[in-house]
Amino acid sequence: MDAFLKIRGLKKHFGENHVLDGIDLDVAAASVTTIIGKSGIGKSVLLKCIANLLQADAGTVELDGKAISRSRRGANGAEGVSFSYMFQNNALFDSLSAFENIALPLREATKLKNAEIKERVDAMLAHLELSDSAERFPGELSGGMKKRVALGRALITKPQVVLFDEPTTGLDPERKFSVFEMIADYRERFGFTALLVSHDIPEVFEISDRVAWLDQGIIKFFGKPDELNSDAQLALSGFLSKANYGREPSPKHEGAK
Amino acid sequence: MIRMLGRSALGVVFELGEISLFSFGAARGFFAQRGRLAKLTLAIHEIGVRCFPIIATVGLFTGLVMGLQLYYTLVKFGAESALGTAVALSIIRELGPVLTALMVVGQAGSAMASELGIQRNDEQIDALETMNIDPLGYLVGPRLMATLICFPILTAIFDLIGIFGGFVTGSLLLNVDAGVYWNRVFESVTWADVQGGYIKALVFGLLTISICAYRGYNTHRKASFPGVRGVSESATRAVVWSSVTVLAADYLITSFLL
Repeated sequence: MDAFLKIRGLKKHFGENHVLDGIDLDVAAASVTTIIGKSGIGKSVLLKCIANLLQADAGTVELDGKAISRSRRGANGAEGVSFSYMFQNNALFDSLSAFENIALPLREATKLKNAEIKERVDAMLAHLELSDSAERFPGELSGGMKKRVALGRALITKPQVVLFDEPTTGLDPERKFSVFEMIADYRERFGFTALLVSHDIPEVFEISDRVAWLDQGIIKFFGKPDELNSDAQLALSGFLSKANYGREPSPKHEGAK
Repeated sequence: MIRMLGRSALGVVFELGEISLFSFGAARGFFAQRGRLAKLTLAIHEIGVRCFPIIATVGLFTGLVMGLQLYYTLVKFGAESALGTAVALSIIRELGPVLTALMVVGQAGSAMASELGIQRNDEQIDALETMNIDPLGYLVGPRLMATLICFPILTAIFDLIGIFGGFVTGSLLLNVDAGVYWNRVFESVTWADVQGGYIKALVFGLLTISICAYRGYNTHRKASFPGVRGVSESATRAVVWSSVTVLAADYLITSFLL
C-alpha cells in the first residue's frame, strides 16, 4: 500500500504517562482509516498531534512523502497541503450562523471573493440538506444538524485529509448511522483521506477501509476490518467482545453499503 | 521566606513577559487579518458602545459626590469658588482614567475573559488553528486595537459628565455661582492635564484588555480547575489583576507626570 499519510515514531507524554509511545501508521490516499481503542488511551491525542494542536515529543508526520510542519497543517496551507479537523463537540462558533460557520475558513484563510464564498457555501449547505437552516445559529440546531454544519466547515476548503474525532458522540443510533453514511458519501464525492476516531464498533467498520487498534501507546493491529477476528491478538479480542463486535448487524446496517 | 518571595517575583516577571508577547502577537495578528475594519467596528461596539451607559452613570455620580465633598471641605477655608478647579483637576488627572478603566474591566474585561475561556474549553480556539486562522489575531487583535480608540474617548466622556456632575451639586444645589464654577474649570485645566489623563487611559486600556484576554485565552493553562469553574476563575482573576494593575500603574505614571 502506498502511504499518503505516513506517521513514524510519534511520541507524546504527559508527565509520567506515555500516551503515545512510538506510533507508526500508514494511511492510503482517499481511504477511511478508523482508530479504535479504550477510552483515554490516546486516540484523540494522536489526532491532535497529527493536526499539531499538541506538539509531539518525537516522530514525524509525512504527507505524500513530504514532512509537514505546523504552518502546512492548516486548511489551505501555503504549500497546498490541507488538513481539516472535525471536533468531538463540533466546536462551532455560537455567535455565527450555520452559513457563517461554514464560510469561516474561506473568509479568513483564503483570498476568495465574497460571491465565490457564497456560491461554495450555498452548494455545501445544499449537499448537507441545510439550506433552510443557513441563517440559524448553532444553539437553534439539533445535534445532527450541528454535526452536519461541522462536517461542512471541515470540508469547505476541499482538504486532502480530514481528521474526525468521535464524530458520532452523543447521537442516537440512527443519527450515528447517518453521520457515518455522510462521511462515506462525502469521501467518495470529495476524495479526501479520512482518519477517524470512533467507539462505535462495529458500525464504524462499515465505512472503514482500514482499522488501527491503539493500545499501550502503540498501534497493535492495523488491517482491514474483516481481518480483525482472524488476526487479532488475545487482548484485542477481549476489547472487541466488550465492544460487542461479532454481534448480528441491525437490518438498517445491512443495507448500508 | 526569601526564596518564596524571589520565586513569586520571578513568576510575576515571567507572566508580564508572557502577557507582553501575547499582546504583541495579537496586535501583529490583527494586521494580517481580512476584514479588519468590520472586526474593529464590532470590537468598538463591544468595548466602547456597551460600556458607555455605565461610564456615563458612574461619571455623573462621581461628579455629584465630588462636588458635595469638595464644597464642604473648601467652604471651611472660604474657598468654595475653587470648586470648579478641584472637581475638574481631580477628575481629569485621576478619577476619570482610573474609574473608566475599572468600569470597562467590570463590564467588558470580565465578559471577554469568560468568552475566551469558554471558546478555549469548547475547542473553538483549536478549531481556528486547524482552519489556519491565527486565533490571537482573530479573537484578541481587534479588541486590543479597539481599546486604543475607546479608552481615551470613554475617559473624555467620563471627565465631561463628571465635571457636569460637580456643577449640578455645586451650583444648582449649593449655590456656587455657575459662571465662577465654569470659569475656574476652563482656567485651571491645562493641556498637560488632559494629555496626562489620556496617557493613563491608553496605558490602562492596553494593560486591562491584555490581562483579561490573556487570562481567558489561557484558561486551560492558568486556571486551577477545568470546565466552568476554570472559566469562572479566569474571569475573576482577570478582573482582580486588571484592577490592581490599573492602580499600581496609576501611581507609577502619576509619579512620572508630576
